[in-house]
Amino acid sequence: MRKLNRLLTVIAATSATLVSFTSAAAEVNIYSARKEALIKPVLEQFTEKTGIEVNLLTGKADALLARLGSEGENTPADLFLTVDAGALYRAVEADAFQPLNSKLVESAVPEHFRSKDNLWFGLSLRARPIFYSPDRVDPEQLESYLSLAEEQWNDRICIRSSNNLYNQSLVAALIEHHGEEKTQTWAEDFVSNFARKPVGGDRDQIKGVAYGVCDVAIANTYYFGHMLNSDDADEREAAQKVKIFWPAQDAQGTHVNVSGIGITKHAKNIDEAQKLIEFLVSEESQKWYAQANYEYPVRDGVEWSETLQQWGEFKQDDISMDVLGENNGEAVRLMNRAGWR
Amino acid sequence: MSRGTLLLFAVAVLIGLPLIVVALSLLNPQWDILAHLWQTVIPEYINHSLILLVCVGLGVTVLGVSTAWCISQYDFPGWRYLSWGLLLPLAMPAYITAYTYTGLLDYAGPVQQLIRDLFNVSIGDYWFPNIRSLGGAVFVLCVVLYPYVYLITRAAFMQQSTAAFESARTLGAGSLKSFWRVAMPLARPAIATGVTLALMETLADYGTMEYFGVTVFTTGIFRTWYGIGDAQGALQLSALLLIFVIVLIMVERYSRRRARFYQQRSSNRTPQRRPLKGWRAGLASFTCWLPVVLGFLIPASQLLWWSVEKSDVWLESSFWVLTGNTLWLGLLAACITVLLALWLAYGRRRHPTRPLRAAITLAGMGYAIPGIVIAVGLLSPLAWFDHQLIAASKWLFGMNPGLIFSGTVIALLFAYSVRFLSVSLQTVSSGLEQITPQMDDSARTLGASGRRILWKVHLPLLKSPLLAALILVLVDVMKELPATLVLRPFDFNTLAVRAFEMASDERLADAGPPALMIVAVGLIPVMMLSRALRNKSIKTGD
Repeated sequence: MRKLNRLLTVIAATSATLVSFTSAAAEVNIYSARKEALIKPVLEQFTEKTGIEVNLLTGKADALLARLGSEGENTPADLFLTVDAGALYRAVEADAFQPLNSKLVESAVPEHFRSKDNLWFGLSLRARPIFYSPDRVDPEQLESYLSLAEEQWNDRICIRSSNNLYNQSLVAALIEHHGEEKTQTWAEDFVSNFARKPVGGDRDQIKGVAYGVCDVAIANTYYFGHMLNSDDADEREAAQKVKIFWPAQDAQGTHVNVSGIGITKHAKNIDEAQKLIEFLVSEESQKWYAQANYEYPVRDGVEWSETLQQWGEFKQDDISMDVLGENNGEAVRLMNRAGWR
Repeated sequence: MSRGTLLLFAVAVLIGLPLIVVALSLLNPQWDILAHLWQTVIPEYINHSLILLVCVGLGVTVLGVSTAWCISQYDFPGWRYLSWGLLLPLAMPAYITAYTYTGLLDYAGPVQQLIRDLFNVSIGDYWFPNIRSLGGAVFVLCVVLYPYVYLITRAAFMQQSTAAFESARTLGAGSLKSFWRVAMPLARPAIATGVTLALMETLADYGTMEYFGVTVFTTGIFRTWYGIGDAQGALQLSALLLIFVIVLIMVERYSRRRARFYQQRSSNRTPQRRPLKGWRAGLASFTCWLPVVLGFLIPASQLLWWSVEKSDVWLESSFWVLTGNTLWLGLLAACITVLLALWLAYGRRRHPTRPLRAAITLAGMGYAIPGIVIAVGLLSPLAWFDHQLIAASKWLFGMNPGLIFSGTVIALLFAYSVRFLSVSLQTVSSGLEQITPQMDDSARTLGASGRRILWKVHLPLLKSPLLAALILVLVDVMKELPATLVLRPFDFNTLAVRAFEMASDERLADAGPPALMIVAVGLIPVMMLSRALRNKSIKTGD
């Protein structure tokens, strides 16, 4: 028994030093579904400016969310950052966030790019347009996502698997705009137009158009941005054979998704977390954050990178991001039924 | 049950905990989602999984057994190099091999480019196999996983008594006939063990399947969990996957039903290697070079090419921190897992009671479960334990020690034990089977205590299976991705995590250096392994 007592005292003493050690320096802890290379530099800038240390854990959104949930009130995470509206919605559903009331942040982030109750805030936008080969496709033939179900596109379309979050969000948006029944018929015809079984990522779809495997593809713009600015000459050359078409300009607009951040329900360092969000929506970091990955800044009036400017302005679908999340499950079921693998 | 066996039983069940969580999910079936999945995707998952199991099973058997036979029996140019060269594909994570072959053979890759330039044709005018397909997945898994069969079967061939062969020869059986009638049946338990390991890894593979667009249970689990947001449904899919594993294990058991292949280790003679000349030597060389080229040289050269393009990474200190993390984590996990396996295998040998055997079988099933499912199955029990500890500490000392098990290296080590226990358990058990009960009896008659028998008789005989187990787990841990991703601490990355982040962003060239480093670090243990095995065969030859 005395031995046990002594052991407990030792444990207590060590943990006391640990606790005091960690709380000495101001810090903030993030669970992030955005890749380390695309966030670490801006976090380092934050530390440099404020002296607040940032601890980062990257991973897949839902796995991080599961971890957050099981850690409960003892979680070390103060912030949760993810890259898709569906994942943000599931975080809200899991009661993972607490609201943040900051006039500064509210004025920086437009209303439809943050949650109703200010639980999370968008940081950047990711557009998902159509890519086409100018040699084989007349842009006049293109119109909207829906028109890709037409007979003329038979055997000409590349798109990645429906396992992909961005496809799920796209279909979730279509369900909202056109109803479930119409979207289901569309999906069936659309799938029958695929030039090949869905393989690879978004870059592979754009390459498919460049190399003539297919004539049109759907992909996120930042992959195209990376290809245009690649170190690899082949990849640059391939990208130059492809053009962007902004779909649904006469209707709802081109689908955009969002990467966003929120303060966790059981955050310990709330002030530091708030400071970090304010820093991330500031004009300066918005510019870096968007440019690092060729995304669109969420804040109005922030200058776009040169690559983005070349693609021109377009009308965005301003559907609420919450709706994308609500429809996500239905979207997957719909794609299961349509045989979109 | 004695206290010792009770503890053994408890540990086995603890290791099986995530699997129990998975199985329990079936108690509360989500009929709605299951019916939907059954009508839409599950038939395809079953179909693809069966094709994969059959084709990969055949492929690894042919590659593994033929190479093991050549290396253990014949003397032909280069056999010494090949004897360890054949292990090299072990160091390649399957998904990395998949990336490299895609880079080479895809329509945008150099091979098809060359064809187009040479014959002046464009895409669609010529036929070329599509690497990103079910067939491609079978190919990649075969060339990556055959070393399991090779490694274990070669050891079995080398330990087979010369007497058996010589009798066969004396009785007039030719080389081929003695292979089929004597060597193969004797090696069957070893082959079955190797193939089972390869097939379990096949069932658990996520990276290759996702990248190649092959729909199987693992991709379905992710999709149901992330996409439909239904964790219960995903767990139930995992439970269906578990049924495949159970069938697999039963088939393995059945295949060795009559087998207690205790061998009379006759004399001290090494089987004489027969020299090959002419076309026979050529055939043996070809048989052994083929898997090395396909499973290692080609993908490793592609990685090297990418790494040269991104050469500045090698100078970053953070890159070397990653390498260090990967190595010490792997070593620690390997030691823990092998000790556990040794303990459990002994327990089973000494007290082969039904509940204990069942618990150990359960503990060995984690290998076929995708790492992510294990990780999620572990999250809640670990967190529960932490919460209790924090509550106790607050009550006793009035302070909060923070999370001790979740999100620390302890969680990672636990997950690795669950996932890779099977590898070490199978290797150690098949080594233990080579030790006849008569040996124990003789030692005991000579007055040796249980402990002395362990140190003086068993350990020397078990040295090479133990080392094999240690290295297999080390290499597996270094390649492991999904569980590491979920459970690791803040600001703690491994090479696999870095390679994955780059590759999943479709920056294949940036994934090159960390992937190459996994391979390079993996090479050291693989070479140690082969050296250890060689020394052993020389020693017994003295």
